[in-house]
Amino acid sequence: MKYFWPNTYLIAIFNYLGRAAIDIVNNLGAATIFFSKAFLMIFRPKQVQPIIQQIFYIGAKSTGIVMMVGLFTGMVLGLQLYHALAEYGSEGTLGSSIGLSLVRELGPVLTAIMITARAGSAMTAEIGIMRISEQIDALYTMRIDPLRYLISPKIGASIISFPLLTAFFDIIGLIGGYFTGVVLLGLNSSAYIYRIQYSVEMSDITGGFIKAIVFAVIVSTICCYNGYFTHMRSDSYGAKSVSLSTTSAVVMSCVMILVSDYIVTSFLM
Amino acid sequence: MKKYSMETTVGIFVTIGLLLISYMTLKFGEVSFFGDDSYSLYARFTSVSGLRAGSPVEMLGLEVGKVAKLSIDQENQMALVEMKIKKGFKIYDDAIASIKTSGLIGDKYIQIDPGGSGDLLKPGGAIIETAAPLDIEELIGKYAFGDIKEDKKSDKENAE
Repeated sequence: MKYFWPNTYLIAIFNYLGRAAIDIVNNLGAATIFFSKAFLMIFRPKQVQPIIQQIFYIGAKSTGIVMMVGLFTGMVLGLQLYHALAEYGSEGTLGSSIGLSLVRELGPVLTAIMITARAGSAMTAEIGIMRISEQIDALYTMRIDPLRYLISPKIGASIISFPLLTAFFDIIGLIGGYFTGVVLLGLNSSAYIYRIQYSVEMSDITGGFIKAIVFAVIVSTICCYNGYFTHMRSDSYGAKSVSLSTTSAVVMSCVMILVSDYIVTSFLM
Repeated sequence: MKKYSMETTVGIFVTIGLLLISYMTLKFGEVSFFGDDSYSLYARFTSVSGLRAGSPVEMLGLEVGKVAKLSIDQENQMALVEMKIKKGFKIYDDAIASIKTSGLIGDKYIQIDPGGSGDLLKPGGAIIETAAPLDIEELIGKYAFGDIKEDKKSDKENAE
């Protein structure tokens, strides 16, 4: 043995760290190229029909669950904030607090997380199964670009659907807050509405929609990327790799939604 | 019940979504597409601490406009406030503008006493008589320090 033992272990540790870092940078770069290629293909001809089809699955079919979550979020906000504000005798500002927290933060973030759970997981599983059953290779041999045919309609539909669903969530949440605050707890109804109009500014609304678009890009890219490269996973193969890709896509999307939410907010403030 | 086709569902979804977005921007964002229905007036204050662009301007307790811009008048060493007053509210040149606080710790707003004996103020005119906001901290400070001095005095008197 030329080297004494701590040296080899040290090198092994640095080896491991280096490989992990290279993997992360590699994946980030690949995902960026993947997104930009697919995004540019949105504007090619004959893409409108598939995008409409995807809006149906990603947007229109998520309306119910988004409205349900929005209603109960608004209602619980109304209940909690009413009792918290009543301690300072300022229940009148309930409208401000519900309006601002919904439009700025909760609307975009919770909508994005719900769509990830509903449509993002489906995207990954669908593309992943197409990959392991070699349907994507079949498309390629027929000279159909799989990025253009499979991925870019999903990304385009997400960018359109996320802001619309966020608007659904915001309005339904405000109605939920109205229900608990005004109908159940007896707040003055015009004070609630006036407070929302008084404190919610145009910049809050545009900020919320910018967030929704950023989340749309992140969620659709992560979900499609994980599904598309299911066969490249080193830890498993076959059906198992589809399940692992779906799990990691959903987890990573949720984490990235919250991380990017902080970053976007700090830029908007 | 008739089952709608995919296109119809998407159409309904997009239309309702766009309607909700435009409702939010119009109702809460207060973006007006129908021109400006207000005129601007100016007022100079010795201090505008706590006032923000967008703070309400009230007359007799009713909101008649908003603060549009805050800047410094370098020549007179005063803070210059531009107010947008809705058309139809007449303000005369003997009006008094003062900065008030709603509640004890609430937001600052401008209260205008419209006057009535002088000439009507034209758009772009200035309200001459103004009153700066009451500094609650200074008042509390005065009260507190006054008390402390008195206490010390009475302590001394007691000692003597």
